[in-house]
Amino acid sequence: MNEKDSPDQNESSDSGHQDQIPLMQQLLDNPFLLLVLGIAVPAVFYIIWGIIEITQIPIAD
Amino acid sequence: MSSLIDFRTCPTTGLKVDRAAEKLIKANAVAAVVFLAIGGLFGLLVALTRWPAVHFLPADMFYLALTAHGLDVLLVWIIFFEMAVLYFASAILLNSRLAGPKWAWTGFGLMLSGALITNVAVLQGQSSVMFTSYVPMMAEPPFYLGIILFAVGALIGCGVFFGTLVVAKREKTYEGSVPLVTFGALTAAIIAVFTIASGAIILIPTLLWSLGLVSHIDPIIYKTIWWAMGHSSQQINVSAHVAVWYAIAAMVFGAKPLSEKVSRTAFLMYILFLQLASAHHMLVEPGFSSEWKIFNTSYAMYLAVLGSMVHGMTVPGSIEAAQRARGLTKGMFEWLRKAPWGNPAFAGMFMSLVFFGFIGGISGVVMGTEQINLIMHNTLYVPGHFHGTVVAGTTLAFMAITYILVPLIFRRELVLRKLATWQPYVFGIGVAGISVFMMGAGTLGVARRHWDMTFADAILPFDYPSAAFLMMGLNGIFAVMAALGGLMYVVIVVGSVFFGRKLAEDEKPSYPEVPPDSAAVGHYGSSESLKIPGTAFLVGIFFVAFVLYYFVNWKYLSEIWPLS
Ligand code: HEM
Ligand SMILES: [Cu+2]
Repeated sequence: MNEKDSPDQNESSDSGHQDQIPLMQQLLDNPFLLLVLGIAVPAVFYIIWGIIEITQIPIAD
Repeated sequence: MSSLIDFRTCPTTGLKVDRAAEKLIKANAVAAVVFLAIGGLFGLLVALTRWPAVHFLPADMFYLALTAHGLDVLLVWIIFFEMAVLYFASAILLNSRLAGPKWAWTGFGLMLSGALITNVAVLQGQSSVMFTSYVPMMAEPPFYLGIILFAVGALIGCGVFFGTLVVAKREKTYEGSVPLVTFGALTAAIIAVFTIASGAIILIPTLLWSLGLVSHIDPIIYKTIWWAMGHSSQQINVSAHVAVWYAIAAMVFGAKPLSEKVSRTAFLMYILFLQLASAHHMLVEPGFSSEWKIFNTSYAMYLAVLGSMVHGMTVPGSIEAAQRARGLTKGMFEWLRKAPWGNPAFAGMFMSLVFFGFIGGISGVVMGTEQINLIMHNTLYVPGHFHGTVVAGTTLAFMAITYILVPLIFRRELVLRKLATWQPYVFGIGVAGISVFMMGAGTLGVARRHWDMTFADAILPFDYPSAAFLMMGLNGIFAVMAALGGLMYVVIVVGSVFFGRKLAEDEKPSYPEVPPDSAAVGHYGSSESLKIPGTAFLVGIFFVAFVLYYFVNWKYLSEIWPLS
């Protein structure tokens, strides 16, 4: 667990340093992107996929 | 703008405290504790009824009490407290003003009125549908209306949290990344948005149905979407109480996370995967494919469980590292033996961690396995499991941090300190007891949500093994202990908030001890040392217990279905 890409580097918040920040850290620092992911993943895999399966249950006659 | 905001500086941590945020934290925390007291009382009544020798309430009152219990503790207590955690983790830890305190008060008002409306509806007796309110059972319209208002209020609270993150960033009140505790709270808030949206999608039509405006709600669709709310809301709790563990580790020991990267990635696992486990509530529904069930409850969920196991290791690990840095290096466990076991914040947090992992965590993975789920689906094993997660885990963690928040935020000295040192043990052991004994009874087949395990008036008689009756008696005894622990908490908190000695503006509270390096709670940064042999050993014990218990259940399954 090296520390080289953590505190000191991201303390300089001017945009020139933006591209030195690792991708993963940019993701973790972006609450709204995380929000979108946190809604999209369960919406797709649990709700939408689940509802599709329910609609395919044959109706008794 | 921010010059108009009324700030004070915390004499203990040096954090800048927006007084508007502070008032909101107080209001939400007080409301939370009041509903915990009410809901806990109902829990005791339920447990006394399920104690065969006592069989306290008549059947109709039992179902009323069970509905009120689930509602008041699972929704109202926990979510009010979580609002307090969100405001603390945003405004206070980021040294920022709270975005839109008026909105936050509106949210609080909606939550409070919603909680009251639903409680009145339940107490009137025509809405004993359990907090899951599965259709086609129909409650009175105010039952649904209250829950919807409560949820809208909570959604506003989440909005204020996100707004505060934006304000703090724009006004540069912190540098770099937000502190880990704030990140954990962010995880909780994200899951909360999904939770509340799912709740709205299903409960608004159900309200219209109970008003007679919609003719039919499909039960399986209801159940699917309801659990997107019902299960995810438990994941808000997990994220919030893990954030609270980190906060307590920082505030009691000045502990820094072993690795910011690893802990944040573990929270990311929660954001992405934890909510998929909602599907474990549908494991016995024939309408879904095994692909859907197993993807959601196994493959995806194991990634989320991995997140929990990472936290389960890094939280005690960070404490061990901090204690060793302080010179407690003898043997494997000096750091743990000499931990402040008399400090209720630490004792509560550590028990919460252990019980959540060993009782709630292991049983959760077992139940989430499609095949072995069949042994215990809808038995008392289920409440046994979630009293391990949401009571021994979340509730105990929230109780623990209250002991720090009352002096720091309410600015009052704690009263009844002797009682406070005992409280986490009485409550924690009581709850561990009810969890284990309900799981035991469930393994023997005893149904959950059932008034009479003797089936006295059933046409076809049925007898549970006598061990099941013993389990329910023990459950009753430990329920009394848990209720006593809950009462101790309420008395200490209410007593301190109203009668504790007021602290002067720059006076440090004398108890529990919060060292100056507790300011670590508001900063980004990992611990210097990774030497944690004691924690590694404890994690080893956990894995052995986990694997043994998992396979014992497969063995048990094979005996239930003799195939040869
Ligand atoms: C004094 C402490 C408590 C005791 C003695 C207690 C006891 C019980 C018992 C015996 C049941 C009934 C099981 C059944 O018949 O199905 C139950 C259900 C439940 N409890 Fe507790 N409990 C306590 C605290 C809590 C807390 C703090 C929470 C949440 C944070 C909680 C959440 C629930 C929920 C959600 C149910 C399920 C209700 C339902 O099936 O609709 N309990 N509890
Ligand atoms: Cu669940």
